[in-house]
Amino acid sequence: MINNLIHPLSGFAGKTFVITEFEVRKLRHDFTELITRALQPALWLLIFGQVFSRGGAMHTGTVPYLDFIAPGILAQSVLFVAIFYGINVIWERDLGIVQKFLASPTPRAALVLGKGFSAGIRSFSQTVIVYGLSLALGVKLNWSPLALLNVLVIVILAATLFSTFSLVIACIVKTRERFMGVGQVLTMPLFFASNAIYPTAIMPGWLQTISHLNPLTYVVDALRTCMLAGSASTFGLDHDYAVMLLTTTILVLTGARLYPRLAT
Amino acid sequence: MNESILEIEALTRRFRTMTAVDSLTLSVNAGEVFGLLGSNGAGKTTTIKMLATLLKPSSGEAHVAGFSITHQAVDVRRSIGYVPQAVSVDGSLTAYENLLIFAKLYDLPRREQKARIQEALEFMNLTADAGRLVNEYSGGMVRRLEIAQSTLHRPKVLFLDEPTVGLDPIARDAVWKHLIDLRVHFGTTLFFTTHYLEEAEGHCDRIAIMHHGKVAALGTCQELEASLGRGHTLNDVFVHYADTALDSDASFQAVSAERTTEQRLG
Repeated sequence: MINNLIHPLSGFAGKTFVITEFEVRKLRHDFTELITRALQPALWLLIFGQVFSRGGAMHTGTVPYLDFIAPGILAQSVLFVAIFYGINVIWERDLGIVQKFLASPTPRAALVLGKGFSAGIRSFSQTVIVYGLSLALGVKLNWSPLALLNVLVIVILAATLFSTFSLVIACIVKTRERFMGVGQVLTMPLFFASNAIYPTAIMPGWLQTISHLNPLTYVVDALRTCMLAGSASTFGLDHDYAVMLLTTTILVLTGARLYPRLAT
Repeated sequence: MNESILEIEALTRRFRTMTAVDSLTLSVNAGEVFGLLGSNGAGKTTTIKMLATLLKPSSGEAHVAGFSITHQAVDVRRSIGYVPQAVSVDGSLTAYENLLIFAKLYDLPRREQKARIQEALEFMNLTADAGRLVNEYSGGMVRRLEIAQSTLHRPKVLFLDEPTVGLDPIARDAVWKHLIDLRVHFGTTLFFTTHYLEEAEGHCDRIAIMHHGKVAALGTCQELEASLGRGHTLNDVFVHYADTALDSDASFQAVSAERTTEQRLG
């Protein structure tokens, strides 16, 4: 009985990690992507962050503005890279790679989740650069191992969430041109309707409502809670995790249903 | 030898108003080399995609290795190999890695994986280049690797969609030599589509000519030629049954897909 339950689950996890493993192997052959990923958060922290932190242009309470946006910029850079992940899937579809994987007995959800995790692992480079710059800029970071572990888990979860969202869009639009259009349209609203670079408290009411429906808000809240020394969570870390996990699960299941459309 | 491995019964696929495959009925024997011919848009690729469980039929049914494509898709997937027309190996991985990922996805026992991959590389004459990134490969090598990848788990039926499109004659011959070896060594049934009549003539046990989603003619090459009377070639047969010379009514999408494949392989 228990065996019947464990076997498919361990099989599913095994297949998911096979997909992730080979996405990570690609990085070993060509790691330039990891470097280009690090540039954007550096610009946001060094230029935008430095400018807006002067003279208290933004009201962030007792937390200095640079401390406030460091986790926001990490979340933003995870979002900006992950949201275009679907373009790879369209590329693999234009070749015959997607078709070949779909003709194998691999569970569809494992194909989707495996790709999502690999986006998470790729996001490590942004995490390292944001920590390095934060340290240099005097942001008061929480270095406890538990906090660091939490940050890693949150980054992986966030990248999985947004890259799977991107994959779902790719399955619907199917062409690169349409995908780039939709990607551009989505990123900025997701970013601005969140608490990444300003607190939700200073938003007009309608925008606050939207930001509460935006998963990025919970990613930022969780990161802020774990990254900074002595920062309290707005929604509670449990709540943040619950939103991220639930959204990711729904997206992976949706992606698994839609992925076969790429082979038609 | 006469045991049937592929049973297609009234298989139909409609796209909006167009019927791509129209009540196709066909049976293929185990170990047979079966060629599906037809001009672009005749329904060959749609047929292969349905048999490989990538596309659901609008109606009808097919059994591959005894499993239903509509109800037992996962069992069908375990029993088949599929080489799509477009390039289906990952250029940013080595040949060895491309094979390893499929060894793992098809649950080959861990102890056997390495030996099986070495054997497949040797079989396809790729051992010396196993550690190179695939985007440095020539077209013929890519196709051989794709075949190695889709036969690693020793499928009963191998579906190939235009396996030699875009290859020069020497590379084409090499691919066919390896395909025939597969049949000899493992009894693999080969079901493929092609545009090259001489390829169908040289390698197929039987041929079906598809036209407007239906089988217009079926038989051995000799039977088909004889059906038109003495002195006819397979080309005459094709023109007669497909009502057209090859490639005359190719859609923009089909032509563009084929050219892209040719470019990548060539």
